[in-house]
Amino acid sequence: MSKAFLPLLGFLLLAGLFYIVLLQMDSGAYDPREVPTEFIGREAPSFTLPNLYDLSTTVSTESMRGRVWLLNVWGTWCPECWREHAFLVHLAGQGVPIVGLNWRDTVDEAIAMLTDKGDPFEFIGYDPRSDAVIEWGVYGAPETFLIDADGIVRVLHKGMLTAADWERKFAPFFAADEDAS
Amino acid sequence: MIPEIGQIALIIALGVMLLQSTLPLIGAHYGYRSWVGLARPAARIQTLFVAIAFVCLLWAFLVDDFSVLYVANNSNTLLPILYKVSAVWGGHEGSLLLWALVLSVWTFFVSIYSRSMPDLVVARVLAVLGLVSVGFMLFMMLTSNPFDRAFPVPLEGRDLNPLLQDPGLAYHPPMLYVGYVGFAVPFAFAIAAMLGGKLDASWARWSRPWTNIAWMSLTLGIALGSWWAYYELGWGGWWFWDPVENASFLPWLVGTALMHSLAVTEKRGTFKAWTVLLAIFAFSLSLLGTFLVRSGVLTSVHAFASDPSRGVFILAFLVFVVGTSLTLYAFRAGQIRSHASFDLVSRENGLLLNNVLLVVAAASVLLGTLYPLVLDSLNLGKISVGPPYFNAVFVPLMVPLGILMGFGVLSRWKQDSLPRLLMKLRSSMVVSIVGAFALILLFAPFFSWLAVMGMVLAIWILSSLLVSLREQVQGGRRLLSVPRGYWGMFLGHLGVAVFTVGVTLTSMYSTERDISLTEGQSHELAGYTFTLLGLEEVMGPNYIATRGNVEVLNSAGRLETMLYPEKRDYFSTTMPMTEAGIDAGVTRDLFVALGEPLGNNAWAVRLYHKPFIRWIWFGALIMAIGATLAATDKRYLVMARKSAQAPAAGGVQPA
Repeated sequence: MSKAFLPLLGFLLLAGLFYIVLLQMDSGAYDPREVPTEFIGREAPSFTLPNLYDLSTTVSTESMRGRVWLLNVWGTWCPECWREHAFLVHLAGQGVPIVGLNWRDTVDEAIAMLTDKGDPFEFIGYDPRSDAVIEWGVYGAPETFLIDADGIVRVLHKGMLTAADWERKFAPFFAADEDAS
Repeated sequence: MIPEIGQIALIIALGVMLLQSTLPLIGAHYGYRSWVGLARPAARIQTLFVAIAFVCLLWAFLVDDFSVLYVANNSNTLLPILYKVSAVWGGHEGSLLLWALVLSVWTFFVSIYSRSMPDLVVARVLAVLGLVSVGFMLFMMLTSNPFDRAFPVPLEGRDLNPLLQDPGLAYHPPMLYVGYVGFAVPFAFAIAAMLGGKLDASWARWSRPWTNIAWMSLTLGIALGSWWAYYELGWGGWWFWDPVENASFLPWLVGTALMHSLAVTEKRGTFKAWTVLLAIFAFSLSLLGTFLVRSGVLTSVHAFASDPSRGVFILAFLVFVVGTSLTLYAFRAGQIRSHASFDLVSRENGLLLNNVLLVVAAASVLLGTLYPLVLDSLNLGKISVGPPYFNAVFVPLMVPLGILMGFGVLSRWKQDSLPRLLMKLRSSMVVSIVGAFALILLFAPFFSWLAVMGMVLAIWILSSLLVSLREQVQGGRRLLSVPRGYWGMFLGHLGVAVFTVGVTLTSMYSTERDISLTEGQSHELAGYTFTLLGLEEVMGPNYIATRGNVEVLNSAGRLETMLYPEKRDYFSTTMPMTEAGIDAGVTRDLFVALGEPLGNNAWAVRLYHKPFIRWIWFGALIMAIGATLAATDKRYLVMARKSAQAPAAGGVQPA
């Protein structure tokens, strides 16, 4: 083997690596979209979107100013979203304000799911064409953002939200909020 | 009906491409004259059919044929004509068709402007290009057919992504593709030369004009993309080290190295194996970019629809093309001998150093782009590699390259001496150091060592170019008789100097403010007073906008300009888009972007003062003009004419 084979060897290694990446993507073990968001610590973008329940009206995150709240990106096509739904309903029952961002969905299916499983959201923006989610840097669903009273994104959780995630990442913000008030 | 014609045209084109990629290659190997002769007609016929398919898709957009799924997803009856045209390549499927068309057009031109080359070489080159075409056509037709029908037929299309509704998008991707795909030509020349076993200076001479034109298009494409991001995205930046930007920058860096290395191979018959390798790399990186973007392995704001099955296909294609070329290289490299010798201080070594710096730069950009992906996919942790990494790695590599450039243009082939070069460049050294300090101290708002360094480099490159120009016209030679190849080099390097000024001053002295303004309020930035005179509603063809009227007074209190930033609501979406108001100038840009309404008639407004930012794109334009001049140097034309007079030289001989 001469050193003329080195470029080939290097390339094959790289190609093998890409193949592993693709396999992992296919099996769901790896999601390239799970990159750390640039939004943490930054001001949350706002959105004004059609109201899922009445497309002729709009809902806006401007109305959440001054509160600590969650933004949950979901769609009925996303199995992880079904799984976390019960927990969101539970949180809403505890008084946690959650805004829904319904993504790449149809109105009928989305409303059917909420009727069936309960609606944990204060209001829901309807975003079938990813117009708002792009602004939020969302690449997959579900994603849950925590926005503080100053409108700064504090936490971003990608994937299903569990009680353990909640205790670890989100709960402290609400505890502090209660102490302050 | 029309979409079916497009579909059939694609199938016919694929068939012809299969012939083009196999028969001439076999013919060249066994000496079948007639099979070799098939290469040119096949290349021209397939180009015709790909063009027909493209026109069919264009037609479907122009007549709002929403029965074609791709049209329904990317257009709308209200879309202005220009954007209906650019929507053809606004999505994944159509951009692949554009890619295929561009490759066919390059192939077509190779079949025309190749009379100076032996038929055997032409046959091999066209066959290799044909193989690449086949791969792309299969990818398009099997995984992402632009002519798929929609059922039921929607009454209205979904509209083109508003971000993409801009003249910048109409020109930027085609230009970029011409560059990307153009590197297929030097690639094909390199492979053909290896297949034929004749890696002499002639293949380098044939490749040079093609490489220059591909590089020119890529330079313009990247510059247009950067310009588009600057004024359309409203972030005021011009380069973000986004994975997709990197994907276009990698072939550019290697392509730049290739241009220089080809010069050595042509003039001195050395660096042969290295040049072949660079030709393979430049095109491989173009393909790699396609893979990374289209497979969804890397995500970015640019990502169109992507899915892993497409990824597997492109990966297989990539492995086939790059794997076979590198295998061929591995077996042939041993036979490639470079005989010429040269001294430590010589133009050869200067260009070698240039190549090393450019390739190391490309490797570090590639590393920064892939590293997070590799770590994450192997479960070794998550990291994000951003501009700080790229700037920290890239700038220190470019500074020595800039210094080298000054020496390089004056150095001699084979042997030179450092004292001679230093003597020649004495004045240029003094001028660049004194000049840079003087300019920064006199005109800049504050002193910065980085700014001085950038200016030293720019003046150094410029002044050493002038010294070399004086050498060219010594002995009474007139400026007009200086060969175009030299002017190409001159402008290419001048462009780098202009670009350096732009980058240095913009990154050091830009100022920006995020403020809130109510009607009648003003804010001062960098000596200019911005006043929000009023807001009005304006109607566009498919959007309604709030337009701010912003008056800008200069420090003398005179009207500098009026700016009209807009916040647009497109009917098809609910997300407002920002359209910045920009006053462009040679020495500075004033930039106003309208943010959100804050209540009480106040608006969030972003103001920028960007000194010398135009020089960045202007520099790229000068570089591109340089590459074009060099590609049209008289000696290539003479080469073509000579062989036209002596057709026997281009006869077929069995390999």
